Amino acid sequence: MANQEKKQSFGEKLLRTDVLYTLICIVIGFIVGAILLALAGISPAVAYGKLVDGVFSKPKYVVWSIVYATPIILTGLSVAFSFKTGVFNIGAEGQFVVGSLAAVCVGIFCPLPKPLHILLCLLAAAVAGGLWSMLVAILKVKRGINEVLSFIMFNWIAYYLSNYVVNIGAVHKTGEGEATKDILETASMTFKTGNAAVDKFLGGGASYSIVFAVLAAIIIAFILDKTTLGYKLKAVGFNKHAAQYGGINANKEILTALTISGMLAGLGGACQLMGMGNRISQFSSQEMYGFQGITVALIASSNPIGCIFAGLFYGAMKYGGTKLSLVNAPNEIVNIIMGTIIFFIAIAPALKKAILKTRGGK
Amino acid sequence: MGRESHVDLSQTVIAMHDIVKKFGDFTANDGINLTVHKGEVHAILGENGAGKSTLMNVLYGLYKPTSGYIEVAGKKENIDSPEKAIELGIGMVHQHFMLVQPFTVTENIILGMEPTKGLQVDLKKAREQVVELSERYGLQVDPDAKIEDVSVGMQQRVEILKVLYRGADILILDEPTASLTPQEITELIEIIGHLTADGKSVILITHKLKEIKSSADYCTIIRQGKYIQTVKVEEVDENDLASMMVGRNVNFKVDKKEQEPGEVALEVSNVHGNDYRNIEILKGLNLKVRKGEIVGLAGVDGNGQTELVEIITGLRKGTQGSVKVNGKEVFNLSPKEIFDAGITSIPADRQKHGLVLQFSNAENLILQNFATPEYSKHGVLKKDVIRAHATEMFEKFDIRPRGKELAPSGTLSGGNQQKVIIAREITNDSDVLIAVNPTRGLDVGAIEYVHKYLVEQRNKGKAVLLVSFELDEIMSLSDQIDVIFDGKIVGRVPGKGADENELGLMMAGGANNG
Repeated sequence: MANQEKKQSFGEKLLRTDVLYTLICIVIGFIVGAILLALAGISPAVAYGKLVDGVFSKPKYVVWSIVYATPIILTGLSVAFSFKTGVFNIGAEGQFVVGSLAAVCVGIFCPLPKPLHILLCLLAAAVAGGLWSMLVAILKVKRGINEVLSFIMFNWIAYYLSNYVVNIGAVHKTGEGEATKDILETASMTFKTGNAAVDKFLGGGASYSIVFAVLAAIIIAFILDKTTLGYKLKAVGFNKHAAQYGGINANKEILTALTISGMLAGLGGACQLMGMGNRISQFSSQEMYGFQGITVALIASSNPIGCIFAGLFYGAMKYGGTKLSLVNAPNEIVNIIMGTIIFFIAIAPALKKAILKTRGGK
Repeated sequence: MGRESHVDLSQTVIAMHDIVKKFGDFTANDGINLTVHKGEVHAILGENGAGKSTLMNVLYGLYKPTSGYIEVAGKKENIDSPEKAIELGIGMVHQHFMLVQPFTVTENIILGMEPTKGLQVDLKKAREQVVELSERYGLQVDPDAKIEDVSVGMQQRVEILKVLYRGADILILDEPTASLTPQEITELIEIIGHLTADGKSVILITHKLKEIKSSADYCTIIRQGKYIQTVKVEEVDENDLASMMVGRNVNFKVDKKEQEPGEVALEVSNVHGNDYRNIEILKGLNLKVRKGEIVGLAGVDGNGQTELVEIITGLRKGTQGSVKVNGKEVFNLSPKEIFDAGITSIPADRQKHGLVLQFSNAENLILQNFATPEYSKHGVLKKDVIRAHATEMFEKFDIRPRGKELAPSGTLSGGNQQKVIIAREITNDSDVLIAVNPTRGLDVGAIEYVHKYLVEQRNKGKAVLLVSFELDEIMSLSDQIDVIFDGKIVGRVPGKGADENELGLMMAGGANNG
């Protein structure tokens, strides 16, 4: 077997990359969506045309898409990081919520100069999300409780905790509406350039929260790829037995992994709050940012940099989807497309294997 | 050898002509010929990756040959699927069993070909058929036992019965002895004799020379995808076969210079411990290994060897006792602390404990040392150094194929995966080296290599504890042999001049020295 080093053609290489299969899955998702739209008597061309139009036709639409994408890039990173280290953070939703709660409190009650205030809010959110996840991790390593169960329960605890905090007198906004006070101006990440033309060009949604999401993705990629911490976490994730044999304390690393994962989701909550909402409304249902993070992580094959692109894609779909009602197409078609994509991504490895096998067998 | 041959040279059942099989640019089979007669046991011998399995997959219809053709019973056939192969009377028993664990033996055998009565499976009839088949060929099975409850040996007999039940006249056995105990191997060889006496032909894929000598009539040797030659087994000896397989002379005899062992490096005293079911399996075990000696731990699987090694290396907590390395107590410390104290090990299960298969070879080569200043600084890995280290290890330990430092370890052959582990553990340069079944599943060339390194460590003054189910390996390498039975050492004999029968008796619990 010594010299079987194969020289691969470009086509051959392409067939081996995961990106190709992800793209195929996305195309299939749109095809299935088109079939369903056609069955419902809606022209797919019109609906998809509106979707594309709604995202790309004006610069401010693109800006909004990016703002929509920012929190789910971070929850996507959170879930992807947990996947890489062999655990499943299905609790990003709850960590997201406690993260935004911590940020809203700091944002309302700790007046500070601008950059400092923002950083303190982000820090508070990361700590809150990290602790929220760490509790579950402790239950897992100390008591052997399956993290999926406790994460789901912690999601609901966070949900009701948030509604409780929103209704505390000191936090609740004065006047109409079931929401918190707005965070102070110094804690907001939305911006105006002061130049009327440019501001009109960017629209009212311009926010630099995306910078933190991209930064987080780069840092996570660095940790996973280049550090001893990443080495340990991945070793435990891939093969706990070999990691322990090699002298790595698996339980400790699981704790670290889930804490970092929670911090990322918490940051997502802060970016959503400070980059868009500026307040937290009382929930009537779960916000789904954490669960959308799972979708992002799956589309990105858990690659941190991939999460940026998958998050942007999903963000654009979410934002574009809000405009579908203008052409009488249901907004839910976006969820159907995303669901179909995930379904096909789940079976993509089998597909890839089959394709490579038929080629190998020739 | 005293075995009876049943070959009928007048009837050729399989003839493979000039088979070429290419995968892309890689030629797995390069013009291979194979002729099998009725009643013949034909061994296919080759190193790991020589192309044996590819050839058999061609015969069984799993691969289409790039060129060449196959004749079955004198007629040219296009075998394009396993169904076609079964139809032509060719059956294959894979190395890894394909059985439904919660089903009974009978249910597994008839699966897919169930005799029916109306709409129901006629289990009574099926059971009778299974019993009849098993009696006819001396394949003892319990038709009503569930697969999950029976031994590996019986599972294999079930696999053979499955093939016979489908009417096979030609049986392909792929590495059939890989997971069997010595007794089970003897039984299998007897079964092969029964089959050929009944006119069946058996193709045996193996790299174990001893088994070829004791069971096969002819042997076809393949090396690096090329046909070397077909020999009559009785006309050659094991050394001839080995050199034909590897392409050079193989040294079976381990060169070991006489040397006086030094002080005690590993001392295990009165160790008690439980197995995975929490039942006590180690019952006060004592063991000493001195510097510059190899102590072999002989015993039948399941007498506490696995648990002992796990306790010594910190992967399992013992209930009481003491383990000392160079006089320092390490009992029940963490794996890291024990490693730092000077114990390193080649684990029994290389894919479970030895390697993170998804990691690159370079990463696996630093599994215990990634956090040392040599390979990282301020928590950042020194990728260049790690890679250069891997390149050096590939050269020094002949890990193949070269240039795969950054490829996942899962893509290497079993023998080369083992080399990665050995390279790492030997380079750790600890005072105590524990090797558990270090040559399991390896071919002759790789075994010779592993043995050489173990002896080299001994000569360098390391204390080596060798745990192995291969008695031959223990006897040829060890300075002292400890026999483990029922969680205790029941006797120690010098390695030189050890008697196989005496050891076998002690391993079975027949020693009377309390």
